[in-house]
Order: sequence, then structure tokens, then C-alpha cells
Amino acid sequence: MPIKRGVSLYSFQNETFQGKMTLEDCIRTCAEMGAKGLEVIGEQTFWGWPEASVADAEIENWHRLVAQYDCVPVAHDFMLDYKRYKGREMPFEEQVASVRKDIEFGARLGVKYLRALVSIAPEVLVAAAAHAEEQGVCILIEVHAPLHFDHPWIIRHAEAFEKSGSAALGFLPDMGMFLHAFPPVWKEKFLRMGVPHNIADYIVKAYEDRVLSEYVILNVQQMGGTGPAIAMAETLRHNAAFEPKRMLDYMPRIRNIHGKFYEVTEDYVEPSIPYDEIVKVLQQGGYDGYICSEYEGNRWVEDAMEPDSVEQVRRQQVMLAGLLGEPTPQLQHAA
Amino acid sequence: MMDNKMIVEGSLEGSDKGFAFYGRLPYYRGLGLSMVEDIQITVDGDLIPRADVRFHVRGKTYTLDEMETVYDDRWNFGEKAKIIALKPGGLPAGDHRIEFAVRMRVSYLPFVPTTKDTKVLALAA
Repeated sequence: MPIKRGVSLYSFQNETFQGKMTLEDCIRTCAEMGAKGLEVIGEQTFWGWPEASVADAEIENWHRLVAQYDCVPVAHDFMLDYKRYKGREMPFEEQVASVRKDIEFGARLGVKYLRALVSIAPEVLVAAAAHAEEQGVCILIEVHAPLHFDHPWIIRHAEAFEKSGSAALGFLPDMGMFLHAFPPVWKEKFLRMGVPHNIADYIVKAYEDRVLSEYVILNVQQMGGTGPAIAMAETLRHNAAFEPKRMLDYMPRIRNIHGKFYEVTEDYVEPSIPYDEIVKVLQQGGYDGYICSEYEGNRWVEDAMEPDSVEQVRRQQVMLAGLLGEPTPQLQHAA
Repeated sequence: MMDNKMIVEGSLEGSDKGFAFYGRLPYYRGLGLSMVEDIQITVDGDLIPRADVRFHVRGKTYTLDEMETVYDDRWNFGEKAKIIALKPGGLPAGDHRIEFAVRMRVSYLPFVPTTKDTKVLALAA
């Protein structure tokens, strides 16, 4: 089975936030790009969730649109707000109950996968696994920078999943953890915030040279950097060029992929994330799920221009189609 | 994110009890009201005391202290909530510089973000 293309509607957040794109606009846009897999953050797309229930009519509308545009529900990203109560963490049993509710919500949406945020404890997911099996869904912890597949927290999850014996637990890697170059849109935003050019250039070069973040921060301080310059250097604490091949050991439990990107240029290149290498590794590992576009350049450009999320996703989908050996889809410029 | 879209343009209204405008949560999702830690409003440089701020959404009005224990209502993604400032006498007609800052308790973040928007809004006579 070949790798399939999809989109997380997170990508269109700037447009949906402002009411410029409806759910139908989002789904039609994905379908036009040949990206038939749909991922949603349930509470972004469906108002009221999880504090209030979502009316059956809204779920029926979702299924009607999915059918109309010949798409496939892939994943529901849930949040689990374990800091709901001021000053105390949500008790364990309540966390598990919350996950069970999201499992049922995901099943109503017809998805196979639920995205769990990386900060959720493995015991909570293990305790909810039987319910996921009953509902025919799989809970995937999102492996997201600064965490990565060799981090003890992720290894602890992997061990707990194996020990549970449940096939309903797995991983959803976010490709942002393979940040092999400092994203140009980040640098440009920090320049707009007043970072001196020499310091910005130094940080980009230091990232390319894989210098430890703490050394870079100290050097920027000694170059006279303050405020935004320190903030730019501190992005290196939260990002690193981990290697895509680290996914290979975990391939049997990798069931969905976040195709994180910050920018795809006019010639269909993500300057900071090595998608050619990523696709090769996924193919080598026999991955046959979806890669769902997750555009996150919006927050890096919105101070200077209105993000064009549709065009950005279109470019990434053209890039992915090329890497997957699909004919270039005859995409409309739907924006 | 969405910082510059928090205050809804052209939404300032007034009365002799104070003023109000529409505000949106600067986030890619919504948030249960108990996780909205603080809302700060300044008008023309003057801070409105926390006790004089009201949050109004879908027919319900809350003080910020009340919101801390509201577990069955949300500020939805992109939803325009009415942000009310009690200020006896209200504001004179004309342009006013409004600052609107929201502090959120987000379970997965290793910090507590405060996001702020500033806009000049006109109050009709």
C-alpha cells in the first residue's frame, strides 16, 4: 500500500478563525488537492467540545461532507486539559474518563486514530486502551519537538505500550522534530522584531553547525543580544535536527504522520525539513498510512502579512505527490 | 498567534456604565473558561481593575473570579466574546486606545502565555 496524502484542518486555522473558510471550504480544498485524508482538532472544528456535547446534526453534516467530497476521516486530535482546575492536576481516573469521552467522539467522527498530546502520561493512555479497542480506534501519542524517539519520556511510552499488549496504542511523529535548517520565516520574523542581522546570521549558522543550544545562547548574550535575540537563540532549545531514520525502530506503531511545515517555496521546497529523506525512510519502513499536512508558518508571518494557508498547503501537497511518485495533481489554486 | 486579531475592529460600544468590545481568544483552539486565568483591559493607558471586567458569551455573563470555576462553558475557537469594562460615566465619543491581554493556563505548555492586542477603536457619539 502506498503512503497516502491528507491534511490537518489545523493548517487553515487563520482562515477558519476569521470565518473566511467554512468546514465545507476546508474539505473541498483538500479534495481538490487530492489530499483525501482529513484530520481535525475536534474542539477547533466542533464548537462546544469537550465541555459540551456536539449535536448529532453537526456530526451528520461532517459525514455528509466527507462523503460528498470522497474523503476519509483519519484522526481526531484531542487535548486532555489536565490543568482544568486551578492549582491542582486533574485526578488520574478523571483523565482516563476524559480520554474515553474523546475516544467516543473520535468514533462518532469515523476516524481510526486519536492524537494524544505528548505531555500525557503513558499510564493514562494504557488505562484507556481497552475502550479504544472496543470503539475500533487507536490512540497515538504525538512525538513532537523538543521530544524525539530517543528521549526517555518517549521510551517510557514505548515500554508501557509494549507491556500493555494493546494494539490500540501507538505513535504519531510530527516532522518538525527533523528540523535540519533554521526556517527562513523564523529568521525573518526575528529580524522584524529587531534582532541585529549579525546575530541572526550567527544563530542560523550555529544551527547549521549543530552547536549546542546553551552555547549559542551564551554567545548571543556576549554579542550584546537582548530580548528578541535571546528568544531567537532559545528556539534552539526546543528544536533540533533529529534523524528521520530514528523512526524505523518504531514503525509498527507509527500509524499517522504530521506533515509539519513552516513554508514551502514557489519551487516546492520546504527549506527547513528534509521531506525527501523523510519519505524515503517511511517507504523503507513500510509505512502505508497518511501524511497529513500541518501548516505552522501562519504564526511566523501573520504580523507582516495575511497568511495564505491554502496556497502553502497546495505547494506542500504538490511536493509530497512528487516525492511519492504520484503524477502532479492538477490542482486549482483554490485561494 | 492570532495576536493582531484578538480585538474585533469596529466593535467598541459604550454606555454611562462603561464600555465593551468583542474579543477573540488568541489560540488555535478554544478553552474551557476555568483556564482563562486573566483578562486585562486598558483604555487610553488606564487599567480597568480585575473586579470590573465581565466576560459575556452566548447569553451568559461572568466575572473573572467566577470563570475560574466554570467547567461547563467555553470560549470557542474564533468565537467573539463581549468583553465588558465597568467604568461609571462611560467614555467620551471618539477614538480610544484599547489594550486587551489574555493569560491562559494551557496544560501542555511549560509556561503560562499572555497574549496582547492593542487597537484604536472609535466610539460613536
